[in-house]
Amino acid sequence: MDPHELRRIANRIRRRDLQAVFEAGAGHIGGEMSVIDLLTALYFHTMSVDPQDPKRDRLVLSKGHTALALYVTLAEKGFIPKDEISSFLKPHSRLNGHPNRVKVPGVETNTGPLGHGLPVGVGMAKAAQLNGDSWRTFVITGDGEMQEGSNWEAIMAAAQFKLDNLTLIIDHNRLQQGARLADTNNLAPLAPKLAAFGWAVEEIDGHDMEQICQALSPETVTRGKPKCIVAHTNKGQGISFMSDDVAWHHKVPNAEQYKQAMAELEEAAR
Amino acid sequence: MNMPFQDTKLHDCRDALTATLEELAAANSDIVAVCNDSVGSSKLGGFKAKFPDRLINVGIAEQNMVGVGAGLANGGKIPFVCAAAPFLTGRALEQIKADVAYSMTNVKLVGISSGMAYGELGPTHHSIEDFAWIRALPNVPVIAPADRIETAAAVRWAASYEGGCFLRLSRVGVPDLLPEDHVFEPGKANTLRDGRDVTIIANGVLSHRAMIAAALLAERGLSARVLNMASVRPIDEAAIVQAARETGAILTCEEHTIFGGLGSAVAEVVVETHPVPMKRLGVPGVFAHTASANALLDDFGMAPASIADSAAELVKRKG
Repeated sequence: MDPHELRRIANRIRRRDLQAVFEAGAGHIGGEMSVIDLLTALYFHTMSVDPQDPKRDRLVLSKGHTALALYVTLAEKGFIPKDEISSFLKPHSRLNGHPNRVKVPGVETNTGPLGHGLPVGVGMAKAAQLNGDSWRTFVITGDGEMQEGSNWEAIMAAAQFKLDNLTLIIDHNRLQQGARLADTNNLAPLAPKLAAFGWAVEEIDGHDMEQICQALSPETVTRGKPKCIVAHTNKGQGISFMSDDVAWHHKVPNAEQYKQAMAELEEAAR
Repeated sequence: MNMPFQDTKLHDCRDALTATLEELAAANSDIVAVCNDSVGSSKLGGFKAKFPDRLINVGIAEQNMVGVGAGLANGGKIPFVCAAAPFLTGRALEQIKADVAYSMTNVKLVGISSGMAYGELGPTHHSIEDFAWIRALPNVPVIAPADRIETAAAVRWAASYEGGCFLRLSRVGVPDLLPEDHVFEPGKANTLRDGRDVTIIANGVLSHRAMIAAALLAERGLSARVLNMASVRPIDEAAIVQAARETGAILTCEEHTIFGGLGSAVAEVVVETHPVPMKRLGVPGVFAHTASANALLDDFGMAPASIADSAAELVKRKG
């Protein structure tokens, strides 16, 4: 699929996500807008994924609080019905605030507490390596999430095990829940830290579809090394008044803001 | 069923774990072992020699160890995650909750040297809270085998069971209690000795002490039933109700704090079905003093003679 078409899909996912947050009155819209281009490229360009196929590529959305962006992507992919998105956070909906693999086809592991996805991804990649299978494992973390020590345990293990079938994508939007990363526990620059731990690292614009697809392509894998893509993104990407504003971690737009945000996304779609 | 001691030779249940695991792994290439630098203490040296690629040592990193186990299970493997029980359960509890229990992954958690097996190393190395912690989670059976035979049977069951579980093993030598052909069934207690006046329910290293206590009680003219209850969750409600109804008093013994473990689980059933006098023996809600594993059990009222005394007291309370 060409980048132009991928951008159209990402725009569609952003609009559906925005609508669902507005209607549910909850969600993590900032981090959802920052991760949607990455999810779109993975599901519609890079990964070969059929939930029933044991040799499918795996994606772990470790920043599980942006589950809605994953649900909309899975619906766009046809794994769950599109009209089910309107049940997000409703009583007894299988689409709660964090993804559940037991209930939602396409979800690989239940995330929510931060720092869980990468260790599980290491296990997945290790399983493929033991079998000599070619399927790949992708893990998306937030940048604030990299403050969790369990990630660094997994980073050490992945390098030791030479898991070149594992790709970590850090959604580096520079904001965490309550403040800027730089003002909290500043892990930036991330790339040299991952490189020091023995990973192959690439930095990209996480909203540039050509760059994302290129960085995810199997040709860019370094033999014997796990790969980290530091994706420079913006929280609230695509909506001017949300972009790079820490207030929009999980704020819900009012009717006027919703109208403006939707208008901006519709304009971008033209 | 009266089951006298078959022999008095003491066995380390870890040997049964690794021998069984090696046998199962030879027949099923999906079985892997995951550990945290614990190749020696988990006795995985033989496994490593036979299946070097399938011994996954993540180093001293328990959170990653359990997450890796969940990922391996996602990739079709049957991981036995083996580590010292205090660190497996305490350090990685949230991984056990989210990645194993809630995600319903096929991860076999094997806590080695559980309870107070590390004796003099002190409370940091004791694992006397793990029944309570893991029992509170859905989807993870909690199993504490009593001897090498039950350990081997539980490992066989775990390998064939589709789902997560927690096997709690000791390193303290125990004699054989169960018949060689024993088949482990979760939620099923074994009557090691029948009796009428009181029932002693135990598991792990306490089961053989309960048997000695029952023999001492017999000398005092009291008939004690001994139930070996390896399966703390699911628990054998029928056996507990039957014991309450038929013997009228229940004493529990466990190498665990009395808050939330086997005794609590038994009491939950008893008070909701057939209330009878009960007493829970275990660690009485304190951090242990310096002593060997067996001496600590004695000091906390679980020497066979003390268990017998507690049982006799209970019989008096029946009124």
